[in-house]
Amino acid sequence: MAIELKMPALSPTMEEGTLAKWLVKEGDAVRSGDILAEIETDKATMEFEAVDEGTIGAILVPEGSEGVKVGTVIATIAGESDDAADTPAKSAPAATAAQSKAEEPTVAAPPPAKPRASDPALPTGTNMKMSTVREALRDAMAEEMRRDDRVFVMGEEVAEYQGAYKVTQGLLDEFGPKRVIDTPITEYGFAGIGTGAAMGGLRPIVEFMTFNFAMQAIDHIINSAAKTNYMSGGQMRCPVVFRGPNGAASRVGAQHSQNYGPWYASVPGLIVIAPYDASDAKGLMKAAIRSEDPVVFLENELIYGRSFELPELDDHVLPIGKARIMRPGSDVTIVSYSIGVGLALEAAETLAGEGIDAEVIDLRTLRPLDKEAVLRSLAKTNRLVIAEEGWPTCSIASEIVAICMEDGFDHLDAPVLRVCDEDVPLPYAANLEKSAIINAARIAETVRKVCYR
Amino acid sequence: MPQGIPTLAKPPSARKPAAAAADDSAFTLRSLQDAYLAKSRFEASDEDLLRFYEQMVLIRRFEEKAGQLYGLGLIGGFCHLYIGQEAVAVGLQSALDTEKDSVITGYRDHGHMLAYGIDPKVIMAELTGRGAGISKGKGGSMHMFSVDHKFYGGHGIVGAQVPLGAGLAFAHKYREDGGLCMAYFGDGASNQGQVYEAFNMAALWNLPIVFVVENNGYAMGTAVKRGSAETHFYRRGTAFRIPGMDVNGMDVLEVRAAAEVALAHVRAGKGPVLMELKTYRYRGHSMSDPAKYRTREEVQEMRDKHDPIDAAKAELLKRGVSENTIKEIDKQIRSKVNEAADFAESSPEPDLSELYTDILVESY
Repeated sequence: MAIELKMPALSPTMEEGTLAKWLVKEGDAVRSGDILAEIETDKATMEFEAVDEGTIGAILVPEGSEGVKVGTVIATIAGESDDAADTPAKSAPAATAAQSKAEEPTVAAPPPAKPRASDPALPTGTNMKMSTVREALRDAMAEEMRRDDRVFVMGEEVAEYQGAYKVTQGLLDEFGPKRVIDTPITEYGFAGIGTGAAMGGLRPIVEFMTFNFAMQAIDHIINSAAKTNYMSGGQMRCPVVFRGPNGAASRVGAQHSQNYGPWYASVPGLIVIAPYDASDAKGLMKAAIRSEDPVVFLENELIYGRSFELPELDDHVLPIGKARIMRPGSDVTIVSYSIGVGLALEAAETLAGEGIDAEVIDLRTLRPLDKEAVLRSLAKTNRLVIAEEGWPTCSIASEIVAICMEDGFDHLDAPVLRVCDEDVPLPYAANLEKSAIINAARIAETVRKVCYR
Repeated sequence: MPQGIPTLAKPPSARKPAAAAADDSAFTLRSLQDAYLAKSRFEASDEDLLRFYEQMVLIRRFEEKAGQLYGLGLIGGFCHLYIGQEAVAVGLQSALDTEKDSVITGYRDHGHMLAYGIDPKVIMAELTGRGAGISKGKGGSMHMFSVDHKFYGGHGIVGAQVPLGAGLAFAHKYREDGGLCMAYFGDGASNQGQVYEAFNMAALWNLPIVFVVENNGYAMGTAVKRGSAETHFYRRGTAFRIPGMDVNGMDVLEVRAAAEVALAHVRAGKGPVLMELKTYRYRGHSMSDPAKYRTREEVQEMRDKHDPIDAAKAELLKRGVSENTIKEIDKQIRSKVNEAADFAESSPEPDLSELYTDILVESY
């Protein structure tokens, strides 16, 4: 039985090539691995090897032929008699792929969004206590570590030093060095180890001293953690939490002052959370640790020490992917997240004194983004401003503007405007830094603009 | 031996610093190599050797078929074949405890999966991008996983599997499940910084891991000596006090013997081992590599004189195993591979609804 040798595709993009030279002639015996011909592609001259054993029958395309289409039969091999029986010649197998391309089906649509879960109602009589964001995060980790012995914390100075920003204070004493692990300064390495441990069935919390240093590790966050579930057809889970302070701190210069929210929020396969107050920090951190998906949890150094009301509950867990109305209002919407929320609330207070009633929305989760909450508020107020402590270009603010244009256009009474940091590396000098970063006055000023005041 | 691959170096000089650290006497960098050289071939039964032969031939025929299907346009993108390196995956994986141990590798992963007993059909169907592929057609040649087999990929970023493997080893140790991780990477990946970050932490934390450098002589088109200041990869753990082993990766029984030494060390709780397996790939780096950086004679020399399958076959014949037994194995494998190819060609492409599945596990 003759086996057809077809013009091979020798690169992902090759459609035709030149049959430069035959290295065998009719009647030659060949075995697998022998080089039969040289074929020139647009990039290189490639060797074409025999896969089957047998004797070269007819050479159908002479050497020197140009523009030979991939899939053209260029020669035949007569198989050895005992091999021939179990080497079924494939009749035009290449057609399968080509056919399915030809019958281009309709484009798949994303599944409809299901209604997002609301924050659980606080039982009547729940006591509220004051807590810093720092304590809330620590308590969230400690509670989850008590609940699930697969949960552990690793990072630089998380154990004996008690945390560079004291977020892990006391964890070593309670859980010991097996579960609270000091790493060397080696972000790429320990982000990979944390990710691998999650693949192996554990629940790592990987602390970055700041997210600026996670740039060294971003390959594992994106290529290893975010994509693996998809690439494995849903076999491989990667339930890891990457957490640490994000955004501008104070007078630490450009390399230590950057908001990575938009970077991570652009990646399918990641959950990105950026809470503002203590209650959200705790409730969302607990949810992040329990999630089966990889989570980037962006904290903010400047709000670690701020105190907020925190419900005293045995198990305070909040839904991921749900925005929160921080201040209801009817005239204009201010969308923000993380440290920007405090500034937006401050601006809203100022504006209230001028007779502008602003609604402030805290996105809390940047991916998946709660579009519905934004659009609902826009439908009510018809005016919207985004306040973001971060660069304006390709930002969360840009994304919200796009959402308003695509899905909220009919509700708009004014252009959507954004208030972000200046589009510069963050300077060190106190006056320059101050003028580069978003503040409440600029938010209020922008709100007045969309209200035509 | 392949060009640019040095033979085993002499032991490092015995000269010690005047004030050597107190624990230096316990520093066993060469002890594993010595143990391996003392008994460098596994005493395989005929059944063992036949099984190794069968697995190696399966990988060879599977890869040849994959190359053929690529040429026919049925496999797209990048496709890195394992032809020539078969003895490494087969020899090492034969020594693992498949109930407990985990394996991770880079993008040249088909051979490891076959050596681990994963069904050739679902591997080939992944290569052709079909819904029945092991990753539902969403991973492709470089991104395949089988959690059931404790095979954790199949990673496309050079070197990423090394810290990930250290993470798997971390999980074994954390759970005290007695397992270890075998993390494969190439001579090219050996120059990635994250490899050494992983070495440091693996040694520091005494993780149960075997780091396996498959030194096939070329990082894509760059010969080892053109890309590496230290071409003796087994020495590259020295700075982290990880013992190294220099192993002939073209002989499945030598590979297996070395594996036993390494695994015994790791299972005894003594921390990581770095094995360098000297091997050779006959084909280009990927399907679109014309391999002009080496001579045809060099490749032919390896094929003719160092082929691991030919060597195993010769040994079987010498032991008195009949030519017919071997022919029967070859024939069965050809039909198994043809079956896998038929399956991979005839299975439908993934349903379009799969586009949006498996992005996140939970819905929010």
